[in-house]
Amino acid sequence: MDIKDTTKSFIGFFEGNSKLKKYLPQVLIVAFIVFIFGYFAYNAQVNMDNRGIDFGLRFLGEEASFDIQFSLIEYSGASTYARAYLVGLLNTILVASIGIVFATILGVVIGISRLSPNYLISKVAEIYIELFRNIPLLLQLFFWYFAALRALPLPIEAINFFDVAYLSVKGLYVPKFIWTNFSVFLYSLVAAIVAIVFVFKYARNQQEQTGRQIPSFFISIGMIVLFPFLTFLVGGVSLNFEYPKLTQLSETIFNFIGGVSIIPELMALAAALSLYTATFIAECVRAGIMGVGKGQKEAAASLGLTPAQILKLVVMPQALRIIIPPTTNQYLNLTKNSSLAAAIAYPDIVLVFAGTAMMQTGRAIEIVSITMLTYLSLSIAISIFMNWYNKKIAIKEK
Amino acid sequence: MIKNLNFLGKPNRDKLNLFISIGSTLFLLGIVDVTLNSFFEINITSFLPKWINYFTPILFGFLGLYYLRIDFSGNIRLDSLNKNINSNWFNSLLTLLIIFALIQNIPPLLNWLFFDANFVGETKEECTGSGACWIFIKIWFPRLIYGLYPNAEIWRINLSFILLIASVISLFYLPQKLKKYMIIFLLFIFPFIMINLISGGNFGLKWVETIAWGGLSLTFIISIFALIFCFPIGMFLALGRRSSTPVTRYSSIGFIEFWRGVPLITVLFMASVMFPMFLPDGTYMDKLVRVIIAITLFEAAYMAEVIRGGLQALPKGQYDAGKSLGMGYWKLHLLVILPQALKLVIPGIANTFLALVKDTPLILVVGLLELVGMIDMAKTNPDWLGFATEGYVFAGIIFWIICFSMSRYSQSLERKYKTDR
Repeated sequence: MDIKDTTKSFIGFFEGNSKLKKYLPQVLIVAFIVFIFGYFAYNAQVNMDNRGIDFGLRFLGEEASFDIQFSLIEYSGASTYARAYLVGLLNTILVASIGIVFATILGVVIGISRLSPNYLISKVAEIYIELFRNIPLLLQLFFWYFAALRALPLPIEAINFFDVAYLSVKGLYVPKFIWTNFSVFLYSLVAAIVAIVFVFKYARNQQEQTGRQIPSFFISIGMIVLFPFLTFLVGGVSLNFEYPKLTQLSETIFNFIGGVSIIPELMALAAALSLYTATFIAECVRAGIMGVGKGQKEAAASLGLTPAQILKLVVMPQALRIIIPPTTNQYLNLTKNSSLAAAIAYPDIVLVFAGTAMMQTGRAIEIVSITMLTYLSLSIAISIFMNWYNKKIAIKEK
Repeated sequence: MIKNLNFLGKPNRDKLNLFISIGSTLFLLGIVDVTLNSFFEINITSFLPKWINYFTPILFGFLGLYYLRIDFSGNIRLDSLNKNINSNWFNSLLTLLIIFALIQNIPPLLNWLFFDANFVGETKEECTGSGACWIFIKIWFPRLIYGLYPNAEIWRINLSFILLIASVISLFYLPQKLKKYMIIFLLFIFPFIMINLISGGNFGLKWVETIAWGGLSLTFIISIFALIFCFPIGMFLALGRRSSTPVTRYSSIGFIEFWRGVPLITVLFMASVMFPMFLPDGTYMDKLVRVIIAITLFEAAYMAEVIRGGLQALPKGQYDAGKSLGMGYWKLHLLVILPQALKLVIPGIANTFLALVKDTPLILVVGLLELVGMIDMAKTNPDWLGFATEGYVFAGIIFWIICFSMSRYSQSLERKYKTDR
């Protein structure tokens, strides 16, 4: 019997026996998964016993006793590992949010420029996309950090932006906002947003029932400016600035004191992430706008809509449906790519927690699992939000 | 505003030559102004107030382009110029800004790259020009390509890559019958030849530890092995995700979504510090092997999603036709579904491979030094401090050439297979 017949009868045995065919693979898969996990858990247990480590998360309450260069919340060497984790997580979220905002703005501009009738503009946009998309992100990050930002002047001859902000090799120094009664200001903003939601609902109702159009866009702009402005007049809110000042620290060392310092690591990371991701977003935007048929615009125009209305009511809703799903993917990628921070020592969760904290405690399994779970939850949170938004703007077929 | 200032009237074709000569003179004046300003530090309009002086090139260029904007001039070249870069005032302004930015930035860039750069010499001291110091790259070139691999053994790496390239090229020329065997050779036999050649240890070859591997060749070694291994795993995961049995489906979904939800850097950390804890006490697995396994599993999840896209794109009739012929699950998938689905997603597979190549520099966080890592090492060498920019530009050019040609190839494949259906 040659091998062909053997396989034939082997396959035939499974195909003839439908119950076996249905359940055997599932049982095998479960057994395989249980075996792998059990084997790993057993080995890990033996290894940890040999090294005298016990598995658990109790170490999170212990004193971290290392310093973090840049933190959004109060942190010192006396804080716990849990606090260090939180600092790293917030730094990750900070750089990811900055990156997402800039990448979106840049991506939309580049994507539209790519479709411009002006030959030079579309060519420049194309060169930009092809250049930045085809170079590894880590290389770009190193270039910005080790080559471009290191070439900036020393603090004593920093680049001066109208005596307000200073850019030097030590980073960007901007004024610090000093608020009094900040909470009142915040409440007024919330109130304005709630009011705007109501205005939009009312405007839509009015249009559907009576056909009357309310300039809700201008009303909402007025509200979001007026409400917080009123708090300055009557709510006792005031705003002062603390400007960074060049100070002599020792005979030769100068640096800026005061204000908010944006460290070069953060600048390099934000620049690399947004320049790299913008190329992908630009391609999504281009595909989205090209995906709306010409007939749609012509039909809208023949109904007597103005160009602004065509863009708002016909083109954008359809283009957004094409643009949003791939753009969500890019946001997820950007968030995950922000972990490259560890390579230039920006204190994100990977550097602080999976780097320094792990070196100190030696708890590889717990720390790597926590880090992975954190990223997993961030990814799931972003994709749930974007799925919700996508569903909201999807065409509701009747 | 321009209309009121314009005593000549709106540009039209009646006075074509007049408008063309005025327009091009003004436009050239603007360009000359920028050029003189940026390279010779001569300001031909310095008699004007400072705030106008700064904008004179834009003003000249803007007026020049305004006079050149003649509708239906009858001159084909002028018409196409107007249509492409000068269709309205906003476009002309953008055109000017781009032209001026190019004039200001391209020559210094070329100077740095070529004209002021240093090519001849052996040491850092011979870099006397103001441009790039390519001597740095020249001296470190073998290290950047082969890592710390012993010089006497470099022919082994060369030989294995020549073998690879030769067999890939031969794929295009071999008759259909032999092609099958060539693919089997590439997928199943070649990897072992390559590993044996590069690591050595038998057939009289000297053993080279993986810690000495590095440079651009390591990028390719990792990419090739990860691609070969992640493909079948991804295929099974894709089939599992579309399976009708819940256990298969949910375990595939869980696996795929887990790997897709975490960054590669944490996967590498897992491979380098967490994975050894899971092995039996006393066993040791090489770091490079662990890293390749990690990257393989990571990319398999992405590959699975790409292949799933192909499976979903097939019309249901294909499945029905296969079943009605009495085909079982494996027969149906191996003979009917997968050949069609994989053909559909060849561009997607190429893109996954592209992402894989772009991701490999990350292995430097666990101490393996491929091209970017080697440059990181070279720039901290005490004899060669201060050449980070040259190193990164060089690595950027290499990666750009690889990735750009691959993305162009995948686009051409996309076009080719689009017409087939």
